[in-house]
Amino acid sequence: MKVRLIDDKCQGHGRCYALAPELFESDDYGNAQLCGDGSVLPGQEDDARLAADNCPEFAIELDEA
Amino acid sequence: MPVSSWADDYDIFDHDYVANPFPVWDELRGTCPVAHTDRWGGSWMPTRYEDVSAIAHDTEHFSSREVLVTPAPEPPEDGEEMVLQLGGEVAAPPITSDPPEHQWARRLILPMFAPKAVEKYEPITRDLCRSLVQDLVAAGKGDAAVGYAQQIPVRIIAKMLGIPESMSETFTQWVRGALELGATDPEVRQEAFKEIITYLFEEVTKRKEHPGDDILSELLAAEVDGEPVPDYHVIGTGILILVAGIDTTWSAIGSAIWHLATHPEDRRRLVAEPDLMPLAVEELLRAYSPVTMARVVKEDVEVNGCPMKVDDRVLLSFPSANRDPEVFERPNEVILDRAKNRHIAFGAGIHRCAGSNLARMELRVAIEEFLRAAPEFSLEDGATVTWAGGQVRGPRQLPVVFG
Ligand code: HEM
Ligand code: SF4
Repeated sequence: MKVRLIDDKCQGHGRCYALAPELFESDDYGNAQLCGDGSVLPGQEDDARLAADNCPEFAIELDEA
Repeated sequence: MPVSSWADDYDIFDHDYVANPFPVWDELRGTCPVAHTDRWGGSWMPTRYEDVSAIAHDTEHFSSREVLVTPAPEPPEDGEEMVLQLGGEVAAPPITSDPPEHQWARRLILPMFAPKAVEKYEPITRDLCRSLVQDLVAAGKGDAAVGYAQQIPVRIIAKMLGIPESMSETFTQWVRGALELGATDPEVRQEAFKEIITYLFEEVTKRKEHPGDDILSELLAAEVDGEPVPDYHVIGTGILILVAGIDTTWSAIGSAIWHLATHPEDRRRLVAEPDLMPLAVEELLRAYSPVTMARVVKEDVEVNGCPMKVDDRVLLSFPSANRDPEVFERPNEVILDRAKNRHIAFGAGIHRCAGSNLARMELRVAIEEFLRAAPEFSLEDGATVTWAGGQVRGPRQLPVVFG
């Protein structure tokens, strides 16, 4: 599984880095950035889904493959 | 005058609506999703998530130049030069800015409210909450709105602005004058803004001589395209932080405590499962969203079949959007561990609440410390809970008993 962050949709609601801190972090402005390359390790799938399902801007996409 | 029909004569200040707006929104979403009224200068009110979110994202057709729905007072004739410079409609960037100004005005303050910057204030917030709740518990009963919720955000904001805590009571009066009481009384609103502006004007003058470690000094030291930020902009942003950061957050804290006082099963669950806090905070924000913002139509546009004309006002009911059954399962229930929760209590699009990280921290800490000191509490028998409404909704009297 992979997560993708669509930068120009993100408005810094901060839901993702609160819910999945191993996948997302805040930049200096409170907008999201990926911690790594977006790869979701085994055991992180639920957090990845939670982040995507709570982003009010639909800025997070999941690649389930 | 009583409301004749919520679809075309709504009144956001109606007493029963303020106390319990939820049935009205449910009805409107199903029957007339973009309501209209001629009251208070006239406005439209979309109630569905999809429409509210679409308008919040559409800065081409909708301007933020006036985010309060009731007409602004006339510009004052006397008073500080600053007041005149700012005009009658007080500019409070970035909330009243449209693109392109909005972008730099917002970038200027975002770092001050980013998660790392906010973390610094958690220990003092916790100490403050502890001492407030201890006093209430010691008395056996008390007003959780006046004695708790209302006391918290104002002190944190004062700290951030580098203003002595002794000003808290005065700030609280000003903020209530600017929003809650001023919403229906232009004179009260004008007087409150004038006092805030005059005060910030003096503070800015002081900071120029003696910069400190506070937001006003940071704004004064900032540059945009190599130019210092004009004083009136610093004051405008100061007004915004004062007015936007205080009664919004105390309303959210108060509503959360009201919910926990009236829903013992949720209260006990939260006490037993403290790991639920992050999701629970979002759920309480969703269910009791305090803030409704306004827009002014820039270009004629149709929303869900309703023709909006230039200069019409539109109320963005984030609170109603957050209870839309199209988006949220069982929307009128508080589900503390709700896993799908794209709520827009902090707005959506470019104006997303810049203080949301601070507000969340305060709300979480306020609930944690209240429950730690008082795991069992309920509304006082026969006591009256009163609510403030309009564009910021939350309890203003909340008598509780402990044990
Ligand atoms: C629970 C508490 C709060 C709620 C529900 C809330 C809600 C909102 C909403 C809905 C907006 C969007 C306005 C719009 O679209 O026109 C907003 C904007 C804003 N809020 Fe908050 N707010 C809260 C607390 C705070 C705090 C603590 C601060 C910081 C001091 C703050 C500062 C701001 C600022 C600066 C903006 C303007 C952002 C922009 O226009 O780019 N708010 N808030
Ligand atoms: S939740 Fe969405 S909008 Fe918020 S920071 Fe994460 S990606 Fe950005």
